[in-house]
Parts: sequence; structure tokens; C-alpha cells
Amino acid sequence: MLAIAVEVTMILTLVGVSYGTLDGTAERARGVGADILVRPPGSSVIGLSSAPMSDKLPAILMQEPHVTFAMGTMVQPLQGFDSMTGLNVDEFTKLNGGFKFLQGGPPVSDDDMIVDEFYAKQKGLHVGDTVNLVNHDWKVSGIFEGGKLARICVKLHVLQALTGNPGRLSQIFLKVDDPNKAQAVVDALRVKYKGYQIYTMEEFTSLLSISSVSLLKNFIGVVIGVSVVVGFIVVFMAMYTAVLERTREIGILKAVGGSSGLILNLLFRETLLLALIGSALGIALTYLTQWMMKHSVPASLVQETVYSWWPIATGIAIAGALLGAIVPGMKAVKQDVTEALSYE
Amino acid sequence: MSEPTIIEIRGLTKTYEVGDVPVHALRGVDLEVQQGEFVAIVGASGSGKSTLFHVLGGLTPATSGQVKIKGRELAGMTNSERTELRKTAVGFVFQKYNLLPTLTAEDNIRIVQYIGGRPEGFSPEFEEVLRLLGIADRMKHKPRALSGGQQQRVAIARGIVNSPAILLADEPTGNLDSENSTAVLNLMKDLNRRLGQTILMITHDSDAASYADRIVRMRDGRIV
Repeated sequence: MLAIAVEVTMILTLVGVSYGTLDGTAERARGVGADILVRPPGSSVIGLSSAPMSDKLPAILMQEPHVTFAMGTMVQPLQGFDSMTGLNVDEFTKLNGGFKFLQGGPPVSDDDMIVDEFYAKQKGLHVGDTVNLVNHDWKVSGIFEGGKLARICVKLHVLQALTGNPGRLSQIFLKVDDPNKAQAVVDALRVKYKGYQIYTMEEFTSLLSISSVSLLKNFIGVVIGVSVVVGFIVVFMAMYTAVLERTREIGILKAVGGSSGLILNLLFRETLLLALIGSALGIALTYLTQWMMKHSVPASLVQETVYSWWPIATGIAIAGALLGAIVPGMKAVKQDVTEALSYE
Repeated sequence: MSEPTIIEIRGLTKTYEVGDVPVHALRGVDLEVQQGEFVAIVGASGSGKSTLFHVLGGLTPATSGQVKIKGRELAGMTNSERTELRKTAVGFVFQKYNLLPTLTAEDNIRIVQYIGGRPEGFSPEFEEVLRLLGIADRMKHKPRALSGGQQQRVAIARGIVNSPAILLADEPTGNLDSENSTAVLNLMKDLNRRLGQTILMITHDSDAASYADRIVRMRDGRIV
């Protein structure tokens, strides 16, 4: 039962983290306050590992009809799920009013870094602390309210220089004069700037779903596959042992007229009950993993409660458990009654 | 007028293979049991009496010969037909009681009722049988809370709850002290007299056999 619970927790936690990561990214993207996002040709929805666009492109894009403002940023992936964003704070303020600082203020010197509240909590950072990232010592100048653009921000030109990408950008945010015209502007830009990944922010955030991100889809598929195999093996072993331990009891049932169907029915019902209780326990355990992530790594991993996956994970656990019960069940059915009755 | 024949055995043989060695457990058994009879099959260990018990109960198929219970031929029965026979025509009492340890005494009886497709609940007549067996007030107890004698009486109640044509008892007093043995044997005799329950009891104990109407002796797989 505990193994089934762990199986369900594993599925729900990984699905929850996938949803949490995507929704967190979408929330921060929306928090930028832009209407359109321009990404380099060939980039994926969830990751930016290079900065191939020229920093002259924002100025060019601002010449396009209805585009009122353009801001470029550079994203440098760090360890794990973290990334560092280089930006011009003044431009960012023009775009959406800027960061809301909970402590300190915007970067002043080239070594200044600002972080969001979740990253600060996770790393135990305070204003004035020094952090080494990208082989550079940064001083935390401010801690801002989360949900805007990124978790770690530094000055754009500093990050470009540090990473060997002077004059290069990873993405460009555009503001238009009328948000209702964003789609029309995107359509026009796509014709003119062929190959670039250009989205309205609404379209981009909607793409941040598991079904749209093939990497995550495959990842979850593998996790489910592993879970089914684990569930199968665990239940197989448990039921095989149970059948062995109950050889005599099964023999008694058969002696008094219990049919093969009855024996299988009893074993499968027991398995089903185990799977259901195990699933319920597994669902409850996801709240524990969620709490642990929230309190230990709030910036790196966010686990959402994905209710729609509860029946799916339960179904997977039940299917794995019933599959695992088939062979022991057949062994029970085929047991010789007289041998079973003499089993000690 | 004599009672109809309920068990008819002609030329019954049973040979086991132990490795490559054939073991002839039954070597041509002929036996008839009339309805309402209480018959004791007596023999030493290895005489073939337990094998006869298993074949009659449909627990194992015969090698050759004819076995009829209430007119139904056992030879050639499939596994599921033998299961049906055990469900409807035969009740068992084993030496080691063979009660399901996780169920109460009542549930041990009810599960057999359920398997037999009988309506739920005990009839007033069966409640009377439980009182006769002295276990009416022990129904809510699990086997581990019952004495050996009480467990065997629950097993007897389980064996007759579906009103089988025959009750097969294999060394029913083999695990009991003399006091409980006497009580159980008296109860079986009482059931035979009051309900007309046909009983075929396997035993190596001649004292136990003396409770039966008829004693049949076995030696080396034959009735002597």
C-alpha cells in the first residue's frame, strides 16, 4: 500500500512541479506587462540558452506600426531551473512601472543584482549580501515582489559582457498602442521577420502547457511508465507473497466449493482496495512534498495541486496493481486443493 | 424399505506419481453407502483412507473406476464440475478444522452459504443446529478465540450449512482431547440421527469408529 502511495505521489509531484514551473514562467511573463514577445529563430517555448538577436533590433521594431515601446533582455541559464536576466531597469520601468522593491532598490553599480522574494528566501539572501554567479561576485541591491519577468536580474550590458554576448539579446518585449491590435501586429511582424518566434503574450502563456511542451510531455510519459512498472513489480511481489501466505486459506475456499472466479475476484478486490487506499495516501502525501518545496526551494520548484491528475494517477496505480495481481491470481487458481490444505 | 444408495463406488483406483515412482493409493475399492448412514472408514496410516476421502470429496480425480454421489458420476468430471459438486453435494470436516483465521465463526459458516448460493442468514432449523452443537453464543469469535473442540464444532456447522448429501469427516477428532472427542462424536451421531445426515468418517481410531452405524476397514488401498 505504501509503495502504491509512493507511486501516486511520484506521479502527482512531478506533474505538479511541471505545471508549477510552467505556470510560474507564464505568470512572470504576464507580469512584464508587454503585449508581444519576440524570440530568436529556433528557440523553444520554455528555455533560452543563447542570445542571438542584435540589440539594435528593439529600435528597429519600434519603427513598426502600432509598436510604442520595445525592450530587450538577455537570459543566462544557471544551475538547475534558475536563470539570470540582464535588463535595462529604466526601460523595464517604462514598460510596466518597474519592480516593487520589498528591500533595497534597483542596481546602481555594475556588480549589483536584484532578486525576487522567493529566490531571496530560498537562498537566505538580504540586501548587501554577496553572491557568486556566472563566475562573478554580485552584491544584492534589492529584493523585489515576485511575479515579474525573472527571479534574478542584473544590468544588461554587464551580463552580455560576462557571457561573451556583447550587443546580443535573448528576447524582446513589445508594447503596442492598442492591446486589441496585438494579434494583427504579430501577424504583420511574422511576415516581415520570417523565422522569428513572435507571439502575443496571451498566445505565449497559453503555449506554456504540458501538452505544448514536448520535452515535458515526454518526461511525464517516462515518469508514468516507470510508475506503472514500479507499481506492477511491487503489487506482483506483495500479491505473490500474499498468495503464498494464504495457500491454506485459498485451499479451504476451494475445498468448500469456491470457484476460480471467486478466488480471483477476492484477490482482485483486495488489490483494488489496496490501490485505492494507497492512492488516497499518495494524494495526501503530495501536500507534504508541496509544503517541503514551498519551504525549502520556493524559487526553484513550485508544485501545484493538479486535481485533474488525481483520477489519472489513481487509474495508473490501479492498472499497475491489477496487472501485478494477475500472475499471483492465476497461481492461486491453479493450486492443487489437497496440497494447499496440507500447506503449513 | 431400505434407504436409497447415496454413494456408489466400483473398482476405484488412484495412482500417484512420486517422482518417477507410481504409488497405488487405491487398488480397486468397492463401497456403497445408503442415505442417512453413518459410516466409519478405518485403517492404518497409508491404507488409502485419506485418498478415498479426497476422491469422494472431488478434491482429486480418480485414476479409474466409478464413483457416484447421489447418482452423479465423478469420473470424467472437469475441475469446475468437481467444484460444483463440493459446493452442492459434499460437506467437509477436517482434522485441522481448516477455518479461515481472519473471519469470525459466523462468517466462516456464512461464506460457505454464500459460495453455495444460499440465501443470507441462518434458518431457525440451522440456529437449532448451532444450539445443539453448543456454539450459538460463540459465533462472533474468531477461531483463535475458540478451543479446539469449539473450532471443530464450527467446522461441522460449516460442513452441513448447505444441507449436503454427504458430510465427509477426515479424522475429526485427531486434534482433540478425549473429552472434546467424545463431545464431537456424540454431536455427529446426534446430527445423523436427528437430521438424517449421511456421514462418512475417516479415522484410525477404533473408539471413534464405534460411534458409526457401520465400520469399513481399509488396508493397502483395498476394503477388507
